[in-house]
Amino acid sequence: MADVKNYTLNFGPQHPAAHGVLRLVLELDGEVIVRADPHIGLLHRGTEKLAETRTWLQTLPYLDRLDYTSMIPSEHAYCLAVERLLGIEVPLRAKYIRVMIDEMTRIKNHLLSIGTHALDIGAMTMVLYTFREREDLFDVLEALTGIRMHGAYYRPGGVYRDLPDRMPKYQENRFKNAQTVKELNEARNGSLLDFLEDFTDRFPVYLSEYHTLLTDNRIWKQRTVGIGVISPERALQMGFSGAMLRGSGVEWDLRKKQPYEVYDRLDFDIPVGVNGDCYDRYLVRMEEMAQANRIIKQCIAWLRQNPGPVIVDDHKVAPPPRAKMKGSMEELIHHFKLFSEGMHVPPGEAYVAIEHPKGEMGVWAVSDGANKPYRIKLHTAGIPHLAATDEMCRGHMLADATAIIGTIDLVLGDVDR
Amino acid sequence: MSAKLDRLCRQLKETFGERIAEPVIALGELTVVVPAANYSAVMLQLRDDPALRFEQLMDLSGIDYSQYTGYSGKRFAAVSQLLSLTHNWRVRIKVFAEDDEFPVVASVMDIWNSANWYEREAFDLFGIHFEGHVDLRRLLTDYGFVGHPFRKDFPISGYVEMRYDPEQKRVIYQPVTIEPREVTPRVVREENYAKGSGRG
Repeated sequence: MADVKNYTLNFGPQHPAAHGVLRLVLELDGEVIVRADPHIGLLHRGTEKLAETRTWLQTLPYLDRLDYTSMIPSEHAYCLAVERLLGIEVPLRAKYIRVMIDEMTRIKNHLLSIGTHALDIGAMTMVLYTFREREDLFDVLEALTGIRMHGAYYRPGGVYRDLPDRMPKYQENRFKNAQTVKELNEARNGSLLDFLEDFTDRFPVYLSEYHTLLTDNRIWKQRTVGIGVISPERALQMGFSGAMLRGSGVEWDLRKKQPYEVYDRLDFDIPVGVNGDCYDRYLVRMEEMAQANRIIKQCIAWLRQNPGPVIVDDHKVAPPPRAKMKGSMEELIHHFKLFSEGMHVPPGEAYVAIEHPKGEMGVWAVSDGANKPYRIKLHTAGIPHLAATDEMCRGHMLADATAIIGTIDLVLGDVDR
Repeated sequence: MSAKLDRLCRQLKETFGERIAEPVIALGELTVVVPAANYSAVMLQLRDDPALRFEQLMDLSGIDYSQYTGYSGKRFAAVSQLLSLTHNWRVRIKVFAEDDEFPVVASVMDIWNSANWYEREAFDLFGIHFEGHVDLRRLLTDYGFVGHPFRKDFPISGYVEMRYDPEQKRVIYQPVTIEPREVTPRVVREENYAKGSGRG
């Protein structure tokens, strides 16, 4: 018999299932993967190095660009780290707003994750449905921040502004007649909270549609059950977090175990998987969306009842209100110094971790007392997950590589930083 | 939370005694500096000792202290953030590399497999060598990259840039043509500047 050697295959960096610019060097024995070597860094922008040359405030928008599918929670980790260094307490209303937006982003992230995962392994329909709902959530972000993706909404000390009391509406044009526009605008007549509440009422129906599409779908189960199995011990060894860890049956969620903001006041459950395969992680993400929906509802109810400030009153950290700034010399100086020189953060270091939709997002901020960070280390959830691709892929077929990349919810901006 | 930190602090002192420097509690976090010679043994015990039980290495990163205001000590450190799920506590372990010119620290890849990529990253960006790491390749920078970009003496714009050369009909590297500039200067103010009465 002829001597057949293993051969290597280059997967990516421009492969549609690579979720960005991932280059995966696969060593194959026939169609079985013997070794997978991910080459990352094609999207490395040096965010941490850039942060060292920007003021504490100027660094903030870079955080959005890390995980460009769930932008705002990355800012959250950074703001919490700066707040811990500064020793400031955020107003309660800002905390609720942050939690609400974080959970909204969790839904948005999981919608993309499940939609594209299904798309990668052959279920085209799913992504069309999930993107329909994502559109509504993008509209919320647009109304809130003016930008659909990179909001730059959180600030050390609170959030940039209070929730708007009206939503932007569709206008008639040659593609949309009066009747269509009226239907589209139906939920948009009230405030942002009204729109979001309407969404949370509709969302369980959508979620059951997804379950109908995928959960008992034979092809979906054939492609995901028993694929990329990770035992709880291995998941801990490899530094997993988030849905990847919970899919393996480890009950660990920072929102419950090390609660930050107002998570200890809210009522929600943590779904946990059993087998640690792609299918369990899918189920965990589906249930997380349902729980996020519950949290949003509670936040909306609280925010309706409790108006108040959304950013701290310390003008060394947060800018003074515009009207005051125009009228008072001292406020003008504060405003000018804050946006030119920036805030000064006392020397020290802080590592703050939050439950980002993808797992633990940690920011290790080191300050030497200057107006710029001395070092920012961003721990994103994607790195350990992608590092484990080798172990998860071994012994699986080539086609399963896409299923595994899909299940780790990969975003290269998050991994490469 | 702080009672728990105190307990962890006492536990660490009891377990390691002279083998670690005095643990420091600041801002609700615990930092321990470990001498490079004891690093591997201490890390292994941190994971396996039932009273400590740090199952997860959440993060490991390099840092270059050469321009830290008022600092004069060893230049490079590898800093790990450990997490214990059993006890629900965290600790930060710092190990300074003995030699500034050729920084070497022991690898913890065998203790926590997640260290693999973190150490490759720290090697890539800071040039810290991890002794015992089986696959210490560059992780984030380009193939054939020269230097360690996160060191403080590495300019933000780098040394080389890439462009397409129409004559040679290929992509070439050339020295950077952009001038480095600093829009906002780095300032360290007198003490308590940030804590002043900035209320409006």
